[in-house]
Amino acid sequence: MSPTGWIGKPVKRVEDARLLTGRGTYIDDHPPVANLHHAAIVRSPHAHARIAGYDLTAALAVDGVVGAVTGEDVLRHTKPFSVGVTAPVHYYCAATDKARFVGEPVAVLVAKTRYIAEDAAELVRVRYEPLPAVVDPERALEPDAPVLHDAVGTNLAGHRRLVYGDPDRAFGEADVVLKERFRFPKYGSTPIETYGVIAAWDSLEGVCTVWSNFMGPFIMHPLTARVLGLPENKLRFIVPPDIGGSFGIKTSIYPYIALIALAARRTGVPVKWIEDRREHLLASSSGTDRVAYRELAAKKDGTILGMRFRWLDNVGGYIRSPEPGCSFRPTGNFVGPYRFRNLEVDASVVMTNKSLTGPNRGYACGHLYFESEGMIDRLADKLGLDPAEVRRRNLIPADAFPYRTPTGGLYDSGDYQAAFEKALELAKYSELRREQARARAAGRYFGIGLALAVDPSVSNMGYVATALDPQFRAKPEYLPKSGAVDSATVKIDPLGRVTAILGTTPQGQGHQTIVSQIVADELGLTPEEITVVDEMDTFTRVWSISSGTYSSRFGSVGTSAVALAARKLKAKLVEYGAHLLGVPKEQLEFRDGAVRPTTGKGPSYSIKDLAGRAHWNTESLPEGMEPGLQATAVFGFTVSKAVDAEDRVNSSNTYGFIAEVMAVEVDPETAAITILRYVTVHDAGTIINPMIAEGQIYGGALHGLGGALYEELVYAEDGQLLTGTFMDYLVPTASEAPTIDIAHVVSPSPLTPLGSKGLGESSSMTVPAVIANAVSDALGPLGIRITELPMTPTRLYELIQKART
Amino acid sequence: MADAVTVRLTVNGVEREGRCEPRKLLVDFLREDLGLTGTHVGCEHGICGACTILIDGEAARSCIMLAVQADGAELLTIEGLMRDGKLHPLQEAFREHHGLQCGFCTPGMLMTALDLLRTNPSPTEAEIREGISAVLCRCTGYHGIVRAVEAAARKMR
Repeated sequence: MSPTGWIGKPVKRVEDARLLTGRGTYIDDHPPVANLHHAAIVRSPHAHARIAGYDLTAALAVDGVVGAVTGEDVLRHTKPFSVGVTAPVHYYCAATDKARFVGEPVAVLVAKTRYIAEDAAELVRVRYEPLPAVVDPERALEPDAPVLHDAVGTNLAGHRRLVYGDPDRAFGEADVVLKERFRFPKYGSTPIETYGVIAAWDSLEGVCTVWSNFMGPFIMHPLTARVLGLPENKLRFIVPPDIGGSFGIKTSIYPYIALIALAARRTGVPVKWIEDRREHLLASSSGTDRVAYRELAAKKDGTILGMRFRWLDNVGGYIRSPEPGCSFRPTGNFVGPYRFRNLEVDASVVMTNKSLTGPNRGYACGHLYFESEGMIDRLADKLGLDPAEVRRRNLIPADAFPYRTPTGGLYDSGDYQAAFEKALELAKYSELRREQARARAAGRYFGIGLALAVDPSVSNMGYVATALDPQFRAKPEYLPKSGAVDSATVKIDPLGRVTAILGTTPQGQGHQTIVSQIVADELGLTPEEITVVDEMDTFTRVWSISSGTYSSRFGSVGTSAVALAARKLKAKLVEYGAHLLGVPKEQLEFRDGAVRPTTGKGPSYSIKDLAGRAHWNTESLPEGMEPGLQATAVFGFTVSKAVDAEDRVNSSNTYGFIAEVMAVEVDPETAAITILRYVTVHDAGTIINPMIAEGQIYGGALHGLGGALYEELVYAEDGQLLTGTFMDYLVPTASEAPTIDIAHVVSPSPLTPLGSKGLGESSSMTVPAVIANAVSDALGPLGIRITELPMTPTRLYELIQKART
Repeated sequence: MADAVTVRLTVNGVEREGRCEPRKLLVDFLREDLGLTGTHVGCEHGICGACTILIDGEAARSCIMLAVQADGAELLTIEGLMRDGKLHPLQEAFREHHGLQCGFCTPGMLMTALDLLRTNPSPTEAEIREGISAVLCRCTGYHGIVRAVEAAARKMR
């Protein structure tokens, strides 16, 4: 028998063999259906323009073109997508009346090849009546700003003022009140594989089948079915086995699914569309750019009494679901790892003539912690205290878990002090401070940054309702929303071989490997003996609206479903073994791959043995036992509840912790930032595969670094995108990637069968904070504090020059 | 649309032939006409490096080159990296050191690393980073890739 204990080992990945040899199956690799045709999308060159008409005569005359779809077809044959606010925003899968950002789809050409489709797309004439554009969220709210949506009458898509505790009193009693304005940039994780959709519409059966690298959440499936006028069980979403990265971005592919499905319906042929990079940068998805006004109230000893957040999140031309998650995804962890109970949040969601936004790795948390951790450093500075000491004085104590935050979050487990002290120790913090003193004495700009974050995993779908007024949610016709579930099936074939089937959509996270470790441990096998299938198909998998692979959820909810399915199957094997042996099942246990007597003495039945009997001779089953050896488990968190009347919501289900220390040196002449030391300590509960976990941390950190230093979707005032290629939109290369010291603290979650939590977003949410704090500390002698990202050399150089003169 | 022309080349040691328009990109020719889908398209403007293959022994972007330009050339793509049913030391090392996650940049990354080690069999860490900076990876933070190339270099020397 094989030893158990695969959980916690750096098991090499099952996925690698195919991916290393060019045998992966990505959306663009294999035609899943015959007679495939290809689409090219005509996009608006204007940031804001009324569409007066289309002339497709020349385009449709091109040899090989089979048809086209324009905004008129979209208006006639589809409905607008539901949006997450009550404002009447009519968001269709392509522009109908007006184009509201550069790159918005206005027509689709379908042809025998992509080359021909592109030729034809160039011949489409759209009559535009250009309108003034607005790209800045503050400018967009001024009374004379151009208004994007006439039906809304303003560019404000939604606004909420949330009050927790008594912030006015906290600010009234404070010894110190600090204020700051921050700007967070618009950036996206730009997966190297772009969006891809293949749609086939069978008008006789009334079924539309869509293959796409969509990652969920599958709430977008019923939304899309409604848009297309199809019953949900006539719209089939299939996700290929391999997705070339996503980081949240491929959530927002769903409007293209609707558009390509419509093109397939209208042209009568299966249609394939693979987004190109220009299209991706112009019109896929990104996080929001945000203007934030922060206030912090504290006592002289550094105790934080309360905070005020005022945000303007810029969601671009339309508010697309799941926005305004940009404001509310971290509701439960708004206070981060700190004890204060008084908070006021004033969140405005603004529409401007920029591309649309959505989840991007660290969804809303990069923004949150950049501001909050920046404020903590300002407090330390004001009080003349060490920033580490200020944090220590405010951390939630280790004996307070499970901890209910004032905003409704339920932090399941943690030891923030232990993780923080570990980070300080690993970084040799005191020594770094001495080194800094020496460097400063020598005229060098050496800085140390700290950042702490509560890392939320597995979004509770109910958080989105925080965007709605409590009065609206109190109406009898309003249906409350909550939940975070995932399912898995484990089955044993007639020869005793084990297969696990998931409904997840991995994008590089190694689900097959991780599941094989879990099932191997549960069933006393080796990971190589388990086959794992994770190709999502809405017709065959057990799924729910929260299904998908997003919000760092697999390590927490997906793994739980797998463990429970295996345990259910084990219980069945024990019951069957007891029947065969004619003993009470209490006298047996499942151990080392077999049903054995608890005493260790007497006959046992291996999985293979039981599988053979159960499949080949159903007469051998006890009365009432369901034939076959399979079990499906659907795991759901009971701590997922709907937002309450006081706007409190447990917005995620498991909460990890991150503590980071970074030391940098800034060259005042070139504004180059050199990272000298970077330590990150994570608490994600039980780690199932430390190799994969470390890979997620490395990747997450570089996403954070990209946003902090290099990446920005920059728009001119007229709404033209200025960073439309990888030559302008700078993605960090290996030369920019830092070395990281990674360590873990393990506080198992009491809510999951394995004690695990998610950590996929990890340091993407802390690096903007930690490096901004480090650079601020380095440039402290010049009186510079970073309030805006990315810290490009130009921006930093200007700050340094201004400070010196 | 121009008339199709014949393109003859050697891919992974096998002589191949196909007919395509003169404007067809080499990467599209490999993927669509020769069925070699291991080479990926990430940006179509020569920056991300996902489409990197070896042409007459040197790394090149197959997305900014026409198939007709490769007529008569000898190509190595990811599908040809294994020898005698065994993974190449670079492939082994990527697996061992978690040098890939989603795998989409991986073919380009492997071909680039192969080219790097051909010209510099004993690179320093900085040289490896510089060498593979021709390929963008968004999953790994490059850590596992750098370790893998170091390990493969040791093995291949």
